[in-house]
Amino acid sequence: MNDQVKKALPWQRHWLGVLLIAAVLVAVPFIAALGGQAWVRIANFAILYIFLALGLNIVVGYAGLLDLGYVAFYAVGAYVYALLASPHFGLHLPFWVILPLGAAIACMFGMLLGAPTLKLRGDYLAIVTLGFGEIIRIFLNNLNAPINVTNGAQGITLIDPIRIGDFSFAETSVIFGVELSGPQKYYFLLVALAILVIMVNVRLQDSRIGRAWQAIREDEVAAKACGINTRNIKLLAFAMGASFGGIAGGVFSAMQGFVSPESFSLMESITILAMVVLGGMGHIPGVILGAILLTALPEVLRYGIEPLQDAIFGRSIVDPESLRMLIFGLAMVLVMRFRPAGLWPSSQRRRELAESEK
Amino acid sequence: MDTLLQQLINGLTLGAVYALVALGYTMVYGIIGLINFAHGEVVMIGTMVAFTVIVSLAGSGMPPLLILGIGLLVSVVVCMVLGWALERVAYRPLRGAPRLTPLITAIGMSMVLQNVAMIIWGRNYITFPPMIEKHIYTVGGATFTNVQMAIVSLAALVMLGLIYLVHRTRIGMAMRATAQNPQVAMLMGVDINRVIAMAFIIGSALGAVAGCMVGSYYEIAHYQMGFMLGLKAFTAAVLGGIGNLAGAMAGGLLLGVIEALGAGYIGQLTGDFLGSHYQDIFAFIVLIVVLMFRPSGLFGEREGDRA
Repeated sequence: MNDQVKKALPWQRHWLGVLLIAAVLVAVPFIAALGGQAWVRIANFAILYIFLALGLNIVVGYAGLLDLGYVAFYAVGAYVYALLASPHFGLHLPFWVILPLGAAIACMFGMLLGAPTLKLRGDYLAIVTLGFGEIIRIFLNNLNAPINVTNGAQGITLIDPIRIGDFSFAETSVIFGVELSGPQKYYFLLVALAILVIMVNVRLQDSRIGRAWQAIREDEVAAKACGINTRNIKLLAFAMGASFGGIAGGVFSAMQGFVSPESFSLMESITILAMVVLGGMGHIPGVILGAILLTALPEVLRYGIEPLQDAIFGRSIVDPESLRMLIFGLAMVLVMRFRPAGLWPSSQRRRELAESEK
Repeated sequence: MDTLLQQLINGLTLGAVYALVALGYTMVYGIIGLINFAHGEVVMIGTMVAFTVIVSLAGSGMPPLLILGIGLLVSVVVCMVLGWALERVAYRPLRGAPRLTPLITAIGMSMVLQNVAMIIWGRNYITFPPMIEKHIYTVGGATFTNVQMAIVSLAALVMLGLIYLVHRTRIGMAMRATAQNPQVAMLMGVDINRVIAMAFIIGSALGAVAGCMVGSYYEIAHYQMGFMLGLKAFTAAVLGGIGNLAGAMAGGLLLGVIEALGAGYIGQLTGDFLGSHYQDIFAFIVLIVVLMFRPSGLFGEREGDRA
């Protein structure tokens, strides 16, 4: 009996937990819809960020390569989708062509950046990726002349939603007697994608490649001495992270129906990185928690601060928008101050930290 | 030809500012290996404080140069306190934590500073009152102003002061020792905490000076100005080899000149395909190219991989 339990796969052992999570996941869009579709969109963004954060987790958490320009790949994916499925060029390719294409192009950009720069050490790599992110953003902003490719700062509008045959994700429709709004449909699509990326992350973690990444993260010279082709393995991490960014970008484009360079600022890269670090680098549940918190907190503050100020002072004395970001920043400082390894670090990492403190 | 000279002059002015800010990054990095992401924000606060002081004294009938001097002094002092506080609150408690942790607190602090600035000074551009009467000089077809001259010479003066401090004083020696090996320095009786705090304080003071320069050069200020400035300055520091003081100075000047030349000539070079709004990408392209061939920056020591 005992043996059987041990042999069972994790989801068989924890079937109750899995069922519970599934129930919550299904319930979320309907509960959120009670507060208005805006909340469903926030839930969607939370999942999109989970997706992005897990993609970045491969690069930063597993391989230990500090990437401050991750948003560049997200942007590439978003613009690939926007250009190939909007009236801007008059192209309307279906999503199942564009999403993989976006991932491939983002991956190519990742290799293009990674190949010459991955020999750089930690902080130098960080600043190079940061620069790359800025270069991409500046190009997106200015490539409207002499040939109008990206439509500059105005961005691209009227992007096609994801559509399967006649089934469009932008409209409300009734499925099995349940009425689903556009954002709710995207929610389920995003959940499916997120589960996919979680599975990839889980499977990679203890694979040969995953172990190679961790070896490189801990000590590159030793990893090399053990026969790991550090260059290729690092490049693989980079390319894989970039592809996930590309897919996320495509979905973002379709969901919003609009992209502009403004969505791909350095702040965005930093926010995604903060999700990874704040949650617990290299630990999948931690990263998910980080992504949800950092997406939800500003929104909760957005809706909470004004009434709160009114209640205390009778009027808004401080601009709620800036107060919101101020609290957000403070929260980041405090969390790191009291939980330097992140909110939910892996047990291994916690042990390592405890050891190094001795 | 006159464009070349003109762009060189503009580039040097800008480069002097970058160099001062870059020094702040590089001093902290050299000693504790931390990217102080909030440094750009310190510079911004410096500009804003100087602005407030200058505006409030503008009607007092004091000579403009004195007002400017007081503004500079107050902003330097405020930034020094800010730098010290930053280190105490956001970095010191995290010494020994994983490498990325202080990066996140730095980002958090810069958000806090930005938004505090926005609450105090508003979200609109602020016009800096011109305190120095502008004179324009023309040399060989290129023009420059006395403001530019003042910026470059003040920057040179401050940098000489810093070199003196680091190489000729006790605290400078303690700083160099800590940068080389904190543990051994501690055993030799160096108060590490004091040295690190000093690095932040001095770096912030340099940042405040740079902030006042930016304010009087462009004559505008904005609560988000620290971001791009900090980014460029950090790029300059890396370009010169981060942790290396002379490298930061050279990197700053070089970056300023490259940017100015790039903005001036990009149209010609690419047959008007790319215009001068691509100015900002030069910094990053040069950075990537330099690091590809010299992974530790132009003047950084070649560091072998640690075994």
